[in-house]
Amino acid sequence: MVSTALSHDSPPSAGRGAAERTRSAAPRRRRGRPDREGLAGYAFLSPWILGFLLLTMGPMLASLYLSFTDYNLFTAPEWVGLDNYRALFRDDQWLQSVRVTLVYVTVSVPLKLAGALAVAMLLVRPRRGQGFYRSAFYAPSLLGASVSVALVWRALFSDDAVVDRALSSVGIDTGGWVGNPDYALGLLILLAVWQFGAPMVIFLAGLKQVPRELYEAADVDGAGRLRKFGSITLPMISPVLFFNLLLETVNAFQVFTSSFVVSNGTGGPAGSTLFYTLYLYQQGFTQFRMGYASAMAWMLVLGAGLVAVLLFRLSRAWVYYSGDDGR
Amino acid sequence: MSDETATATTTGGAAADGGRTAERRSRGRLASVAWHLAALALLAVILYPLVWVVGAAFKPSGDIVGSTQLLPTRPVLDNLQRAMEGIAGISALVFLRNSLVLAGASVVGTVVSSALAAYAFARLRFRGRGLMFVLMITTLLLPFHVLIIPQYIIFQQAGLVDTYAPLLLGKFLATEAFFVFLMVQFMRQLPRELDQAARIDGCGYWGIFWHVVVPLSRPAFTTAAIFTFIWTWNDLLAPLIYLNTPEKYPVTLALRLFIDQTATSDYGAMIAMSVIALLPVVLFFLAFQRLLVQGMATSGLKG
Repeated sequence: MVSTALSHDSPPSAGRGAAERTRSAAPRRRRGRPDREGLAGYAFLSPWILGFLLLTMGPMLASLYLSFTDYNLFTAPEWVGLDNYRALFRDDQWLQSVRVTLVYVTVSVPLKLAGALAVAMLLVRPRRGQGFYRSAFYAPSLLGASVSVALVWRALFSDDAVVDRALSSVGIDTGGWVGNPDYALGLLILLAVWQFGAPMVIFLAGLKQVPRELYEAADVDGAGRLRKFGSITLPMISPVLFFNLLLETVNAFQVFTSSFVVSNGTGGPAGSTLFYTLYLYQQGFTQFRMGYASAMAWMLVLGAGLVAVLLFRLSRAWVYYSGDDGR
Repeated sequence: MSDETATATTTGGAAADGGRTAERRSRGRLASVAWHLAALALLAVILYPLVWVVGAAFKPSGDIVGSTQLLPTRPVLDNLQRAMEGIAGISALVFLRNSLVLAGASVVGTVVSSALAAYAFARLRFRGRGLMFVLMITTLLLPFHVLIIPQYIIFQQAGLVDTYAPLLLGKFLATEAFFVFLMVQFMRQLPRELDQAARIDGCGYWGIFWHVVVPLSRPAFTTAAIFTFIWTWNDLLAPLIYLNTPEKYPVTLALRLFIDQTATSDYGAMIAMSVIALLPVVLFFLAFQRLLVQGMATSGLKG
């Protein structure tokens, strides 16, 4: 009994597990015993399964259906076919929100990653106070998502406030960033870039993995700093870079709190901070155009999914997995 | 640092005399001081907004907006006092308590349900596990916004709008795939021999989970707990959609209410309220910073 129990539970890999099963578990099952491990598996998974069906899968199907309907929450949904999707492309506000979001993603993500990598390289060699520096640079990442910090940002960048005064003292007159359509998006991008701590910590972990011998060999060959960065550091951390890029891009598409707080829920001034999710919120929960908002949500899934697939495809050209040939 | 050592050995060779080593050491110390100065300067810029807001909370209301000064010239407490009085006749303590209830329940729900699911994914073999794992991973990248409208309709039909159920149910059903994934990664590393030992001692799957896996997975649980607390505390969208009664508002929504009603008139109280709302997050951060940074690095959690 002891030996069957041992062999039954020992397989670390799927291949061996299957082999063990045919040898030891099958005769036990012939005696009419149900697969206890399977039952246990489903029992432990039951909350997740329930949540997945009730709060993920079900709603996804519902939202797909709703996206083809006209629905205001108070009367029954009315099937309208592709009308919602057609209307989107004629909706100037929607096009504006797509534009704003794309600008935000394409500007904030590279800047944030560049900052994160630069600071990670500054912090990678052991120094006194290493833990302090890491935590301190990481702090904005955790706090920045809060309403409080978005409010602070608004206070710092509003007309005649701190940033405005500092800039005008060196001769740049912006008239406040919050109320200026040319600058309002810039301040939200700055807020995003400021939260570079999360990718930075991941970069740090990646940089630690780069073998020192590579740099030593490059030193012998007389390679300069730039050459070492381009030929050793970047290729070696490319998987981490890709991971960060993917995660930050997907997150940036979904940004909501900062523009909601800074623009007071309007997406203004002049639609300059009308993020996709903010417009979705407005359509769904202030206009109660649930069908239209569902169509918007599916366009977001499509758009963000497309970008993710594109990133994956392109990654084959530049992401290098050491010791993982052909995979 | 390695550049200096490398050049020194190539130019000076193995037979570098004492003077050179001393020179090298002092150059190293100088570089180190320069490094610290640069890092601190960068930190000063980055942490400026956070320090500014704390200082601003103690400035007289009229001094706040335009002042670049970090510390108030004559600190006052009436901002904090007005902030604590709250809004619409509701004390700030009520909002803080609401946030605490929501965040606390979310932590319990997330950790328990994610741990159960992770144990099944990481340690048990059964039919359909592979497919379900893939589905779980897919939800990691799925934009949350595709779910909010149908979820709202479900909870609305069930008559649960303006209760905490919509905000908490998902946490008890392991819908935050990040944490399930984090715990799966962690539990996979635990030695299988311990399971076998527990099995010999007569443990079933529940016994192994409870007596072996749970105690050993405490670091992963702690990371998930802290992140859940902070994310729930900061969350704006879900309470914004589901809650209508100010008495039930968490701090984030109360802050919003505060802006709407006192936008220009009372900057001081608003800033003070922001600081109060930020305080628990900062305390959590200070207490668990090392764990947070580590958890982040090993799992690639978002911030």
